[in-house]
Amino acid sequence: MKHTISVLVENQFGVLARVAGLFSGRGFNIESLNVAETMDPTVSRMTIVTSGHDGIIEQIEKQLNKLINVIKVHDLTAESHIEREMVLVKVNAEATNRAEILRIVDIFRAKVVDVTPRTYTIEITGDEDKLEAFLKLLKPIGIREIVRTGKVAMARGG
Amino acid sequence: MKLTGAQIFLESLVREGVKHIFGHPGGVVLTIYDELPKFPLKHFLVRHEQGGVHMADGYARATGKAGVVLVTSGPGATNTVTGLATAYMDSIPVVCFTGQVPTHLVGNDAFQEADIVGISRPCTKHNYLVKDVNDLARIVREAFYIATTGRPGPVLVDLPKDVINAQTEFHWPEKVHLRSYNPTYQGHPGQVAKAVDLILQSRKPVIYVGGGAILSNASPELVSFATKLGTPVAPTLMALGAFPMTHWQCTGMLGMHGEYQANMAMHDADLLIAIGPRFDDRVTGKLDEFAPCAKKIHLDIDPTSIGKNIRADVPIVGDAREVLRQMMAELDGRPQELEEFKANIQEWWAQVRKWREEHPLSYDRTSPNIKPQYVIEKLYELTGGDAIVSTGVGQHQMWAAQFWKFDRPRTFLTSGGLGTMGYGFPAAVGAQVAFPDRLVIDIDGDGSFQMTCQDLILAAEHNLPVKVAIINNGYIGMVRQWQEFFFRRNYSQSDMACQPDFVKLAEAYRCAGLRATKPDEMVGVIKEALATPGPVVMDFQVEREENCFPMIPAGGAHHQMILPEVMPS
Repeated sequence: MKHTISVLVENQFGVLARVAGLFSGRGFNIESLNVAETMDPTVSRMTIVTSGHDGIIEQIEKQLNKLINVIKVHDLTAESHIEREMVLVKVNAEATNRAEILRIVDIFRAKVVDVTPRTYTIEITGDEDKLEAFLKLLKPIGIREIVRTGKVAMARGG
Repeated sequence: MKLTGAQIFLESLVREGVKHIFGHPGGVVLTIYDELPKFPLKHFLVRHEQGGVHMADGYARATGKAGVVLVTSGPGATNTVTGLATAYMDSIPVVCFTGQVPTHLVGNDAFQEADIVGISRPCTKHNYLVKDVNDLARIVREAFYIATTGRPGPVLVDLPKDVINAQTEFHWPEKVHLRSYNPTYQGHPGQVAKAVDLILQSRKPVIYVGGGAILSNASPELVSFATKLGTPVAPTLMALGAFPMTHWQCTGMLGMHGEYQANMAMHDADLLIAIGPRFDDRVTGKLDEFAPCAKKIHLDIDPTSIGKNIRADVPIVGDAREVLRQMMAELDGRPQELEEFKANIQEWWAQVRKWREEHPLSYDRTSPNIKPQYVIEKLYELTGGDAIVSTGVGQHQMWAAQFWKFDRPRTFLTSGGLGTMGYGFPAAVGAQVAFPDRLVIDIDGDGSFQMTCQDLILAAEHNLPVKVAIINNGYIGMVRQWQEFFFRRNYSQSDMACQPDFVKLAEAYRCAGLRATKPDEMVGVIKEALATPGPVVMDFQVEREENCFPMIPAGGAHHQMILPEVMPS
């Protein structure tokens, strides 16, 4: 099962290598990883999407906690939370299909952020289901390139 | 007054209470070595950095204090990796300082540059690259704090040359503040009460002791706890000496080459009271068939150890010493139930005693050749067991574990987790530095000894009276044993019959060398070695193809031990 784990770490060089090394050294899976500074500039947040049975997830959480530079580990999966990912998609945009692409963009509340005579570049944000549905519709039209940010997530409420 | 980084570094070591350093100079650390004579620190010039880390490790295991290593950049640093990995696997507090090229050259493939922080990341508890001399004292302080608290382990600090040479005011931080590192020492009271409930309900309990009991200095508490309960006590290799092996409750060592009664008791138990072990595969054997009927109480200071291999019914995160005290306090409140419990386990003891009588440790005592087990028995007998013993890795290590009856903690120094051949001799040197007046014996293999024997010259130089007993069978013995059992006696590359003359080798290194080739020469050699001041190498040429029993084949279950009687022929 997929888990989204939010990890607060010291904002220092080498911390990302420690976390990445932990996952590779112990054979854990990383599906996506997102790192950025928090409101406190000495702290960074990593959002890690991983998968495995309960025993593996328990080990991942414990092993992360064991790293000296890790301040807090929080598995968001079990509770109510919001997940978002942004994707940039470059699609073939010929005269014949430009209107259809724009319709899809409109329906999904996506945005065309760059236009060339042959392509549109589209920005879309959402949860996994929405993004997958969007990409599925664009696929027959011809996707040239996709760049994804990886998931970020936040618990709901206070 | 401003101090240089080198002065700050050395002053910080002094403030940490460091007395001894194992090290080797080189280009980028010359400023430190230039200052070294001005500080009250005794430096031992190792002939190979790997040995230096093993010395610091042996020092740490024997004393409980952190061992300290100082080496140069590049090859000096990379040579420490095996030593660090050894200390890491066995949770030993070693603080290793490596020189580094100046910060402006880091990443430039400079002369003698190695990314030792990157290389050592997976085999240290934590590591640092010091980028600013103003951080140096704090980082040294944190390094010792991290190495010695919680689950101990090695910490590496990389010191670039320009940081060593820079100047600043010296401020010693009295307190360490790490917001992200707070080990748990006290056990959760609810869990402790649950554990005691399970204990008092059990009929076939075993106390399964791991290295954590030694690391937390919990021996006195363990003895009180175990004698209060009166249950069998089964130590792992790493726990030998935590509970006296001559005590009637001790079943002898557990695991792959553990004693029959210990393994059978584990297999049949209805409750394991695990005090600081990590359920390593050399102890558990086949996981699915490990202690199949037993509930498990698992006490460990490291939450990752709990539930990693075996599910615990009652996990307790905490320091072994603290939690044993808590459990005893809980037991003291339930005297009636404790008496009933003691009566209830009598039947279990009858069974355990039966196993003990059925298959005690044994070997052929009528052989015309020296039996390796006999060497260890005689060493034990002639020293009264009053020694610190280190080992290499392999058959001799297992025989030492089986036939030396360790009664005190921190007297058995052995590489359990990583299984590092070559650990024994430098570890013995480290222990001897810590305890110059105690008898320190390295029980070694001819294969293991040859990996790190160059530091004989260090022992001679400092007149460290380490006694080395080489169990010399001219084989990489454990490899040969596996080849005999599992590879059709195809002794591929395990025959080491072409070997140095160990007596002459000892003499070349200014040590005494002695040899025994027959059983009747042995006692004389041991007595002479013990009477000789300074380091001595004893070459015991033993039965070449002796096997180590009992043996659980890799991946086998505890009740599937191979015993000498059913040895495949």
